[in-house]
Amino acid sequence: MRDIFLEEVYRIMKREDIFFLSDDFGSPVLDQLRRDFPERFVNVGIAEQNLINLAAGLALEGWTVYAYGIAAFLSMRAYEQVRVNLAMLSQWRDINVNLVAVGAGVSYDVSGPSHHCLEDLGLMRMLPNMTVFSPSDGILCEEIADYTAKASGPKYIRLDGKALPNLYKGIGAEELKCGFSEIRRGEKLCIVATGYMTHRALAACESLKSEIIDVGVIDVFLLKPFDEGKLFETLERYDGIVTLEEGFVNKGGLDGLISSLLEKNGSRKSLAALGFKDAYTFDVGNREYLHRLNQLDEESILRTIKSMLD
Amino acid sequence: MIHRAGSGHPGGALSLVEILAELYARRMRFDPEHPDWPDRDRLILSKGHGVPALYAALAWYGYFPKEELLTLRRTDGRLEGHPDRCRVPGIEASTGSLGQGLSIGIGHALSGRLDQRTYRTFVILGDGEIQEGQVWEAALFASAHRLDNLTAFIDCNGFQLDDAVEKILSIEPVAEKWESFGWAVREIDGHSLGEIEEAIRWADGVRGKPSVIVARTVKGKGVSFMEGNNDFHGRAPTDEEFEHAMKELGAHPEREAFL
Ligand SMILES: Cc1ncc(C[n+]2csc(CCOP(=O)(O)OP(=O)(O)O)c2C)c(N)n1
Ligand SMILES: [Mg+2]
Repeated sequence: MRDIFLEEVYRIMKREDIFFLSDDFGSPVLDQLRRDFPERFVNVGIAEQNLINLAAGLALEGWTVYAYGIAAFLSMRAYEQVRVNLAMLSQWRDINVNLVAVGAGVSYDVSGPSHHCLEDLGLMRMLPNMTVFSPSDGILCEEIADYTAKASGPKYIRLDGKALPNLYKGIGAEELKCGFSEIRRGEKLCIVATGYMTHRALAACESLKSEIIDVGVIDVFLLKPFDEGKLFETLERYDGIVTLEEGFVNKGGLDGLISSLLEKNGSRKSLAALGFKDAYTFDVGNREYLHRLNQLDEESILRTIKSMLD
Repeated sequence: MIHRAGSGHPGGALSLVEILAELYARRMRFDPEHPDWPDRDRLILSKGHGVPALYAALAWYGYFPKEELLTLRRTDGRLEGHPDRCRVPGIEASTGSLGQGLSIGIGHALSGRLDQRTYRTFVILGDGEIQEGQVWEAALFASAHRLDNLTAFIDCNGFQLDDAVEKILSIEPVAEKWESFGWAVREIDGHSLGEIEEAIRWADGVRGKPSVIVARTVKGKGVSFMEGNNDFHGRAPTDEEFEHAMKELGAHPEREAFL
């Protein structure tokens, strides 16, 4: 994911008003970028707060800025700086700063809770003027990278720490702005997921096929702003909805987005929110294991779906 | 450990082995049977990704069985890739997010002084880590409050995640910086047990200000192909590299001989 996004940024770097900042985070593509654009690439060191304000200063001077780092630290270590110097400032001034955050959810599984990132969707969505992307594959990453170079404003791009297989064949600019895609049509029930969990949702639906239960999957890749009318229209076709995310639930993440959309439209569909409960996970294990502990494995998802269909 | 885990940070673990060895073997007062003993000396590994070295020390002194070391980063264990204060005995602070340990150490030191306890607080920082602004907020505080029961080590191995510290964001002259922040400073070879021992004794004698020991080290020390090779900042050795490394260290990989 990160490499696809960075490769696209590398191509965009040919445009001379683009500046790339790294929070001492590497990647092979980054080495290439540093080599070919040495004046417009800076590793600022391990200093997130400095990084964000530096980006703001550059953006005020007209640069399009990419700020790259580990998701947990990029989103939370300098949240105040993001709030004041990106979110607030951008209400009045035209700045283009893109936070490229790698390590969504528990993609850094065995690194432990300090490296898990389960709060960022809610935190970033809460900030006025912020755009929040959470792509589920490389095709989206490319499109998003192109979009970020053109569109003004502060943006948070939540990327998985691991490579994910492609789900899309291509995606148009309008579709991207719409914010979601119904990648699998179902009947009574649909799962609304984001990022890595969209893959999990699809797998769960596949295994239900043999039982002739047709569950839909909606992939939300842009959590803010998105086409609310269209998303509600799509949800309207279902009786029940399950939200599925690698983040805390009841904290304004994807589940909050869906429940407030339904509420706003006076809908009273049955709704289940799957995600991490109100506790950190200290147990060590790979992603699958951490999911199992938090009832996010396929079996648990199927259980939820079946209980809703009963 | 890291080989078995399949991921981790060998370089920054190997550079601080002698510092930990000296502290645990000769200087610190602690009781593995009573990890919360109020008078124990505190050790905070602020550069949390170096934790495999600390786990080894803790297991050696019996905080948990040596066999458990092989569960590093493995499913169903408790040895995370970064120190966890909540579940692992002997760990004083949950770190992993860099730049935060010195401030925590100050809390312990301040408390120790108020409670008139004689323990000392040691904090180990990375040379890349001290680029974090919080480290310097803490540095100001510790000297302003004359915390002479606090000693920091800076593991100056010359590299951070992406490249050499000198190339990314120089911290030099590091000794002068700490001195100007009001700290007593000693610069040593961080792989010489004798120099470490001597420096710790010196720190114990410093009055009226905190002390910092700038330890010049080699990232990946002890394994020829890891020394100064930042490729091993954050990746585990392959099977072949592991065997090679164990041979160099005089251990037998097939017997997990270090147990
Ligand atoms: C706040 C924060 N930002 C970024 C990282 C990612 N990171 C992990 S290790 C590392 C480099 C650390 O360099 P240094 O302190 O010199 O440690 P050493 O060379 O001993 O490994 C970075 C940037 C982190 N863990 N925490
Ligand atoms: Mg270093």
